[in-house]
Amino acid sequence: MAKLRDIAKIIKSKNAGPFEITIDIMFETQYLYDKVVASGVINAQLFAKLYGVDVKDVLYTPYPAALAMKGTMPRHISSGDIGDTDVYGAQQHAPMLDVEIPSILTKKD
Amino acid sequence: MLSVSSILGYGFPEDSLKAGLARNPHYVGVDGGSTDPGAFYLGSGECLSAHMAMKRDLRLMLTGAVPQCVPVVIGTCGGAGGEPHLQAVAELARTIAREEGLQFRMALIHAEQEPSKVQSWFDNGKISALRNVPALTTATISRATRIVGMMGAEPFTRALNQGAQVVLAGRASDAASWAGCAMRNGAQAAPSWYAGKMLECGSASATPKGHDCLMATVCDDHVDLEPMNHARKCTPLSVAMHGMHENASPTLHEEPGGLLHATDCTFTAISDHAVRVGGMRWTQRPYDIKLEGAECVGFRAITICGTRDPILIGQLDSYLHTARDDIAVRAAGFGVSAEKYQLVFHVYGKDGVMGAAEHVTQIRSHELGIIVEVVSDSEEDAIAVLSIARVVVAKVDFIGRLCKGGNMAFPFSPSDIPVGFTYKFSLFHVVRTDDPYAMFPTEYEEVR
Repeated sequence: MAKLRDIAKIIKSKNAGPFEITIDIMFETQYLYDKVVASGVINAQLFAKLYGVDVKDVLYTPYPAALAMKGTMPRHISSGDIGDTDVYGAQQHAPMLDVEIPSILTKKD
Repeated sequence: MLSVSSILGYGFPEDSLKAGLARNPHYVGVDGGSTDPGAFYLGSGECLSAHMAMKRDLRLMLTGAVPQCVPVVIGTCGGAGGEPHLQAVAELARTIAREEGLQFRMALIHAEQEPSKVQSWFDNGKISALRNVPALTTATISRATRIVGMMGAEPFTRALNQGAQVVLAGRASDAASWAGCAMRNGAQAAPSWYAGKMLECGSASATPKGHDCLMATVCDDHVDLEPMNHARKCTPLSVAMHGMHENASPTLHEEPGGLLHATDCTFTAISDHAVRVGGMRWTQRPYDIKLEGAECVGFRAITICGTRDPILIGQLDSYLHTARDDIAVRAAGFGVSAEKYQLVFHVYGKDGVMGAAEHVTQIRSHELGIIVEVVSDSEEDAIAVLSIARVVVAKVDFIGRLCKGGNMAFPFSPSDIPVGFTYKFSLFHVVRTDDPYAMFPTEYEEVR
């Protein structure tokens, strides 16, 4: 069992316009990317659950050319509006770090 | 085509520009803005980058390119691409021309839109909301401080065809200036727009990323990308990764008049630092222009403080609840009722970064930082309520309170910080049009 934080090269969040947040997860090797895709853990439902948004509002796209997957979803509060906490949307990635991928073994297993 | 950096004013190494100009590019340019830093710039009319930083970049571009007869093209001037932003950059260009003895024909492409016109488009059913954006209303249009339209490639092509050597544009799709240049020279839409997507961020598609110069060569069915600084390399992975940046989809890019498909793109190294991208496609679609509008949400005042008291931290929610009620009573006492202001506690150490989306519910920190924020339509009200809020958070009682000297440590005197009027994006919609030029009138002037 591996956590994404231990196997991904990049896990980042960013605005995709002021009304959406987009989260990118990228891997260093084809092997890891294929394993994570095959695990089926990362999908629109996961983004919806971790960020409290409706699954129909999540745009999920695997992107093999960059060994990456991307999920885009609505912001709870638009960028810079009253109550917003993150104008650039650059620190909304943390819930992804601890997502567990069961098909990848680590030294702890 | 040579892009000098990701935004005018972010800087680039002078040697990279020289290396790029030595390759005799057809165009030199830079993107000027983004919605990323928030609606403040569009709403207030202020520029994102400092004037002296923009002037430095623009001076190097003009003194390098104009004598070489290479057109200089800049989209979304001043950060937001409204009229004050465009005029600020135009004035810098005129000043530099005077100081450096340069002469050129300059085009200014305006992007600001009359609210009455936006209203009539709305009345005629021509406006629709983008994904995850609230539907438009007449009230939203009338409250907007400033509305811009995001131009496509055509206005750039026209300005260059009219003999402009320097093209400064208001709000434009980040890739549009480059697409307009490449298509003017006969390139196909797909590689032209793809090159624009890469050039708009300078050498962000290289590794290591940085604010630096990137050359794109547009061919019939592919684009070659090469950073001008030998400390950087474009690799197939770095270019593919950049396609994901700040886009909702990594593979589909909506542009005025069409859709750029990167789904089947291939990335091939053609040297140790250059990459060839092929397989992009462009499908024409009805012409939609994005409208961006900013609305003032009031005057903001804040104070910054922190607590190291475990007894307070252990009952934080009820403490903040009591403070909020006490602030309301005292503010009402001097005539500012609770409907007249919004009070937000940003609690760092609890959920200051993620707000309501935070899934960690237990506070694990021995100290908490709090930004107390008050926003009101009235500057005077905001400052007065923030002032009393500062007193209340420091002095309000809670169960078991030992720290009778004060609940909060304030790092600064004065503690109250008037931030200023603040804005949100209120329009993020598209208007259907059959004319790519009509919303973007262009003026020409001989600068000397």
